[in-house]
Amino acid sequence: MKTIHLDGHEIPFEDGQTVMDCALAADKPIAHLCHLPGYTPYGSCRLCTVKIDGRFSSACTQPAREGMQVESETEELKEMRLGILRMLFVEGNHYCPSCEKSGSCRLQHAAYNAGMLDPHYRPFYPKREMDASHPDILIDNDRCIFCALCVRASRDVDGKAVFDISGRGLATRLVVNSKSGLLVDTDISVEDKAVHVCPVGAILVKGRGFEVPIGMRLYD
Amino acid sequence: MPSIQEHADLLIERMGNRPLQILIEIQRRFGHVPDDAIGQLSTRLHIPFSRIVGDVEFYALLSREPKGDYAFLMSDNITDWMQGSRVLFSRLSKNLGNHASLSNTSCTGMCDQGPALLVNGLAVPNLSASRIDAIADLVKRSIPVSSWPEEFFRVESNLKRQSWLFDDWQGPHLKGEDLLQALQDCALRGRGGAGYPTAKKWNACREAKGEGRYVVCNADEGEPGTFKDRALLQHRADRLFEGMALCADIVGAEHGILYVRGEYRYLEDHLKEAIARWSRPGFEIELHWGAGAYICGEESALLESIEGKRGIPRVRPPFPVTHGLFGMPTVVDNVETFCAVAAIASGGEKAFRSLGTEKSKGTKLLSISGDCVKPGVYEFPFGVSVEALLAECEAKDALAVQVGGAAGTCLDKTEFGRRIGFEDLPTSGSIMIFNASRDMSEAALNFARFFADESCGFCTPCRVGTSLLAEALESATRGGEAVSEIENLNIVLRASHCGLGLSASRAVMDMLKKFPEHFAAGRAALEGR
Amino acid sequence: MIRLATCSLCGCFGCHMSFLDMDEKLFDLVEKVEFDRSPFTDIKSVGKCDIGLIEGGLCNEENVEVVKAFRENCGILVAVGACAINGGIPSMRNHFPLEACLAEAYLDGIGIDHPQIPSDPELPRLLDKVMPVHEAVKIDYFLPGCPPPAEAFEVLLEALLKGEEPQLPTNLIHYD
Repeated sequence: MKTIHLDGHEIPFEDGQTVMDCALAADKPIAHLCHLPGYTPYGSCRLCTVKIDGRFSSACTQPAREGMQVESETEELKEMRLGILRMLFVEGNHYCPSCEKSGSCRLQHAAYNAGMLDPHYRPFYPKREMDASHPDILIDNDRCIFCALCVRASRDVDGKAVFDISGRGLATRLVVNSKSGLLVDTDISVEDKAVHVCPVGAILVKGRGFEVPIGMRLYD
Repeated sequence: MPSIQEHADLLIERMGNRPLQILIEIQRRFGHVPDDAIGQLSTRLHIPFSRIVGDVEFYALLSREPKGDYAFLMSDNITDWMQGSRVLFSRLSKNLGNHASLSNTSCTGMCDQGPALLVNGLAVPNLSASRIDAIADLVKRSIPVSSWPEEFFRVESNLKRQSWLFDDWQGPHLKGEDLLQALQDCALRGRGGAGYPTAKKWNACREAKGEGRYVVCNADEGEPGTFKDRALLQHRADRLFEGMALCADIVGAEHGILYVRGEYRYLEDHLKEAIARWSRPGFEIELHWGAGAYICGEESALLESIEGKRGIPRVRPPFPVTHGLFGMPTVVDNVETFCAVAAIASGGEKAFRSLGTEKSKGTKLLSISGDCVKPGVYEFPFGVSVEALLAECEAKDALAVQVGGAAGTCLDKTEFGRRIGFEDLPTSGSIMIFNASRDMSEAALNFARFFADESCGFCTPCRVGTSLLAEALESATRGGEAVSEIENLNIVLRASHCGLGLSASRAVMDMLKKFPEHFAAGRAALEGR
Repeated sequence: MIRLATCSLCGCFGCHMSFLDMDEKLFDLVEKVEFDRSPFTDIKSVGKCDIGLIEGGLCNEENVEVVKAFRENCGILVAVGACAINGGIPSMRNHFPLEACLAEAYLDGIGIDHPQIPSDPELPRLLDKVMPVHEAVKIDYFLPGCPPPAEAFEVLLEALLKGEEPQLPTNLIHYD
């Protein structure tokens, strides 16, 4: 049986598995956002950054290799992850008190686990347009973290190409595949996987806000 | 006049399935990329509309909005600043009418003859107040750029010191297995900066599984302060093509692609003629243009760009030698590397091995700019000391030398004995010199802004961290405390997806450490308040 | 006695309400703590204190003045609640020009009788953008939540009164 070492634990893996795959299988989860089992590894959020044989790498994209020494829960990596989470919070407009994903949001959950009490950096308060054109689906770009899960779900699961990431640097933005740039003019449907895969409150189904009472939400 | 759609159709027929190259042509023709053209490309090439929008919004030299008849982009490297670009920027901005636009762009590779700007994508070096006024006057009189004085667009190669790489070698011609062996014996390493052994890379590509193979030449030199490939493209294009063909022969490729940064558009006619003149049976070289994206100098981002996508570095492994262009095994090497191969293959082998140091054989082309009498392109044997460079280019009173561009290392006076080479100072060839009158906090700020502008936006630490770094330095110039913040960002940036984010804080950290007094004005102001 | 000051800047007093939700624990607290400037005392300016709790973000010049006075007078300064920490709901106005916000509120909004933008010199001038308090002064501790739960106040104050570093357990960290 082939194994890697994760924070001193010996963890088995099969060929083709990434460090993240085998860590999750062994119930030794590494914090992550853009990764979701079953989707093509992407590696953009960098939250799952680990140190492998002395080098930083994202666990979700790194194939496991026999004897690999992986550090995850070290002070250095915790500081890095806290920094990454704070960056995500200041980059967008994350108003948890008014967000209907609050309590079931993976970004928020990851920040709780990282012990994030404050954003530390100066918030950017970017101006981003909301797309409420579709009768059933809302895009609140304020909350998008560019994890591209919707891009991957639309392409790989739904067999469509509704979403894409455009621009560069801080001007990076989520775009939809229509000449008008509006969701209503795409071929999306509310049953699409792409609508339900968003880790934050950027893509929401309309008419269903605040369904679950506080205290009973996914991460409460 | 053909409609936008008809124009797009013509380009598709002429250029085939090369969306980025078509977009560049559309930008040249219309001054922007109209949505109708995006729609036509989307329909004809079966690419989602949104993905083409993604391209246009990614590349700095493309735009969805019209930028006027005259779109000016002022080169914004630290060397441009040192040559007065910021004053010229405001001078030009005051004298432009409303059918022109003006903004900044990253280093255009004219540091030895700056400040420079691009007008409708064409480089205009050697700017001065009088040239700026002349330009403003041409704009005022609505003279089209094609009728502007030719000398405005003249780019000097400024080749100040040439030796082995430029020599005419007349020896037995090596190829195939013999050449691969020679490259190994020569211990030739890639000249782009990372220094991967060339023979090993080519061998890995040859042995990789795949139906086809590609040879890609990276002529995207976007590292601030680098302009040495310009000289090779200008004067040794044949040698470059020869090197690519030798590589193709070894790995079994039929297609070569020369990817040149868009800022070097002035070389277009020259390169097209050179390719046509050179042509060999069984191997064709295709010219691809970049469109303003530093990140495309990263090999996997460059491949994405050739495939017509945004230049986002790929997840590695797999590496290009096994999964490269269109998934095929691909060799990506720098212009200088291919030229070196061709020189080794045609008789330069022995001389090569006698040059340089133990771990860094041969010579290195350096682009020298900043505070010196003779900026330009210099070929030196590896192992040359910084001191010797400074003497050769007549840099007096040097305070600091930035080796390797914005992503490189900043040296102070005590380190001028250090040597260019893989064992000490590996570099793609950018050398920027700062004299004692310079404020290094300006350089730090310039580099930080550069990375913020050029971050591809894929990963969090780099997308956000580079902007925070620039902000921290701006706050330092306003008197804020920045050191602890910059140290924190330096840690988080190490989680970046690629080298851009990983090196974004490097020079800034060097400058903070080596020139604390340049940042102290800010600290003193804070204490006094 | 430990001296404690509290204030609400650009906030809704919800954090103060949550503070009061400590209920019977408040009896223990007032044994050890004397309140300085606070809505609980109605003292208008802050004196020398051991601990200052700031609710709300910075939306006008007075907010900045108050938080600076708190910083000068309080040994330990704590940012309490979402608004103090990241601007919170009031910072949603940052997406609009200030003029547009004023016009909507005082000129063009529904049911306005005598449209006019208040300009009394007594009124503090609005900042261009609502900002978290750490943009103006150094903050020692942060208590997130909208509002932070009463238990979080307990944990915080208990530690500070003992002179220890507060450690908020994960179950008491929330942003809503």
